[in-house]
Amino acid sequence: MSNTQPLSAPELGRWAWVQLTSMRTALVLLFLLALAAVPGAMVPQRANEPAEVLSFKEANPRLGEVYETLGLFHVYTSVWFSAVYLLLFISLVGCIVPRIRVYLKALRAEPPATPARLSRLPESASLTVARPAADVLDAAEAALRRKRFRVVRRGDSVAAERGYLREAGNLLFHLSLLVLLIGVAWGQLFGYKGSSIVVVGQGFANNVTQYDDFSAGGWFRQSALPAFALTLDKFDVRFETGPVQTGAAREFTAHVTLTGQPGAAETKETLEVNHPLRIGGSMVHLSAHGYAPVVMVTDGDGNVAFNGPVVFLPQDGNFTSTGAIKAPDARPKALGFEGFFLPTATVDSSGPHSVFPDALRPQLFVNAWSGEPRAEDGTPHSVYTLDTTGMTQITGADGNPVATRLNPGEYLDLPDGQGRLTFVGYRRWAKLQVSSAPGLPLTVGSVGTAILGLMASMFVRPRRIWVRAGGTGTEQVAVEIGGLDRAEARTGLDQDVADLVAVMEDGSVHEGTHDEGTQR
Amino acid sequence: MNVGAYSNLAMVTTWLFYLLAMALFGVEWAMARRVPADAAEAESAPVPALVGAGGSPDAPVIRSRVDPLPAPAPEASDRWGRMALALAGVGLLTNVVGVVLRGVAADRFPWGNMYEFTITTVAFIMAIFVVLAARFGMRRLGLPVTLLVTVATGLAVEVFYVAVADLVPALHSVWFVVHIVAASFAGALFNVAGAVSALYLLRSRADARGTTRGWLAQLPTPRRLDLWAYRATAIGFPLWTFAVAAGAVWAQYAWGRFWGWDPKETFSLITWVVFAAYLHARLTAGWKGARAARIAVAGVACFWFNFIGVNLLFSGLHSYAGI
Repeated sequence: MSNTQPLSAPELGRWAWVQLTSMRTALVLLFLLALAAVPGAMVPQRANEPAEVLSFKEANPRLGEVYETLGLFHVYTSVWFSAVYLLLFISLVGCIVPRIRVYLKALRAEPPATPARLSRLPESASLTVARPAADVLDAAEAALRRKRFRVVRRGDSVAAERGYLREAGNLLFHLSLLVLLIGVAWGQLFGYKGSSIVVVGQGFANNVTQYDDFSAGGWFRQSALPAFALTLDKFDVRFETGPVQTGAAREFTAHVTLTGQPGAAETKETLEVNHPLRIGGSMVHLSAHGYAPVVMVTDGDGNVAFNGPVVFLPQDGNFTSTGAIKAPDARPKALGFEGFFLPTATVDSSGPHSVFPDALRPQLFVNAWSGEPRAEDGTPHSVYTLDTTGMTQITGADGNPVATRLNPGEYLDLPDGQGRLTFVGYRRWAKLQVSSAPGLPLTVGSVGTAILGLMASMFVRPRRIWVRAGGTGTEQVAVEIGGLDRAEARTGLDQDVADLVAVMEDGSVHEGTHDEGTQR
Repeated sequence: MNVGAYSNLAMVTTWLFYLLAMALFGVEWAMARRVPADAAEAESAPVPALVGAGGSPDAPVIRSRVDPLPAPAPEASDRWGRMALALAGVGLLTNVVGVVLRGVAADRFPWGNMYEFTITTVAFIMAIFVVLAARFGMRRLGLPVTLLVTVATGLAVEVFYVAVADLVPALHSVWFVVHIVAASFAGALFNVAGAVSALYLLRSRADARGTTRGWLAQLPTPRRLDLWAYRATAIGFPLWTFAVAAGAVWAQYAWGRFWGWDPKETFSLITWVVFAAYLHARLTAGWKGARAARIAVAGVACFWFNFIGVNLLFSGLHSYAGI
């Protein structure tokens, strides 16, 4: 009954380690990894589509709660996903370390002893030649060395082996995966990513306070942000106007003036989709664009309460954009406007919307709100929506809310001399993404070595060949040749043996002495 | 007619040739239905191949336990098979013409959308098949492969088709070319591996039940099928790794992050993991053979889903179908 005794802690540990590092466990973990990655493609992920997550939770409150608990909105940083890949990597280490030890030993070892019966090997040949045995073995040795075998002579036989790089490639591949993980972790810990919307004519200074959103790894320090400032001088866009894929993007080019270190000379740069700017260790990408209607708000007292571009956010592929114009400093009452900006406006049964992404017929649709002036209390408000608490919608003489459509240059006079909104025109804005992933060279390098290792482990052919020349006579010597492939799916073993036969016969290598029919 | 229209014509012609080739491969299989069971037995037994046995006692004897080619097919079946292969070859030619003309018409590399990717991958699949059939005695792969490419070409021509157009700015990159060609060729190899593995499952099940006769006996031995599935994967897997890596490099240039768990990226990784599992399974006791073959088929299913499902069902940065 000894096998029912509980295992001691070290035994249990060893048992668990053996289980974890077995190939079977690795296989199961690979399947689990594949399965665990699926929900992230099905359920919106907070990191990619925060707005989708919010609307999903609004539409399915109870399911959203369950998903939240399971971490389905952040699958790739969830406990269970991390557990799978960390176990996989631990399993990999446990598998690789002993193999490295074995491999290093094998590297120094000589080719193995010649088997007693070479004719039992997968590929073999026997023949008799009229040359001394020593001669035959010399010739075999030379021929095998020419084919870059490692050769050793033992008595009446020659043992040869080649293809040591296969296992080396295999080990390199798996080690590269470990380095890849380290590179990614490094980038996560020290990297940062932030984005900022910059209207044409305005500027951006690389400072955390200037970002609209910013995320960084746990070990990131603000001092790692390279000091630079840039001004968006011009933003060129071009859209497909032809009949095919009408409205598809064709060109985005941002012309910027860049100032490096404070006091450094200004340089003109262009920024395109596949051509980010490289500043210090950071990259500046063009990640989105849109429209900012330029408006002027005149208040009831006749003073200009707001004047300038207001960033509107695109809602669809044709840049139907929404936003809010705020004039909290308007007197006697604070004013606010909600509306749409439509670059190519049309109004049909589905309401006002844009039918083309470029600004061919720009129009601004607004309604108006007014309220008592409020003291700034430091509460953060979205700049894209109007907080209407404490405000009332302005209505016309007929009692209906004031709502109008403006072309550039037109203005809306609010009833009772409450103020005026002038639609001056529009400017474009570009969303600049600044990021740094310091582990990147390590990551890219490890992927490169992984692919090299993979190729070596797939294409190098480990092979053993033995040649025995028996008898002491000088007249007729019986020669036996045997070959063994140590990895499946190799070709050319038959060719190698046939070449050796040719060497035995007349000392030269014939090509194609073997039957085509034996080609696998 | 302009160049684009000629390209379309070439692709419809290609579809027709693949369809005809598939029909003739079907006849080839049907004609082999009377092949007795012992043809398979003779094939799978290790026959020593005697080389240079010219009757002289001194002549060298080479014993090979390597699998020989399949036993010759019945004459009628063989004739249909050769005709089918010829038609498939013609289809491949018109396919290549279609892809090249498409590139000429668009004045760029023809890999900008789902339609173009499909017709390119189909050409790669057929090129691999023609080489395997003509050079390595794998013509029996014809029926599943032409079935696959006929369906794919039909989908391309009827569903995925979009007229010639320029590329969106995100595709203006060298990495675009490298990434897509590698993905296409690796995908073609995975498809071949999947088709071979499906045949492996058919043949090995028949062997296990002792019902290997007729067209089943004409299939290559399970050992050979397993070998070719492995070979296709052995080339496809590093290439797929490279395609994913090249995509990551490109993403770093275009979007400022090399990996963002976009649905397409996620399913590329899943495909990669499944084929990694296949390679490991082939070396694991209890997983060799049928189980490994099933994993290869699952891997191709992942590739297809990544290509069709993700493009059409999910919103993501790779929604380039343009349909």
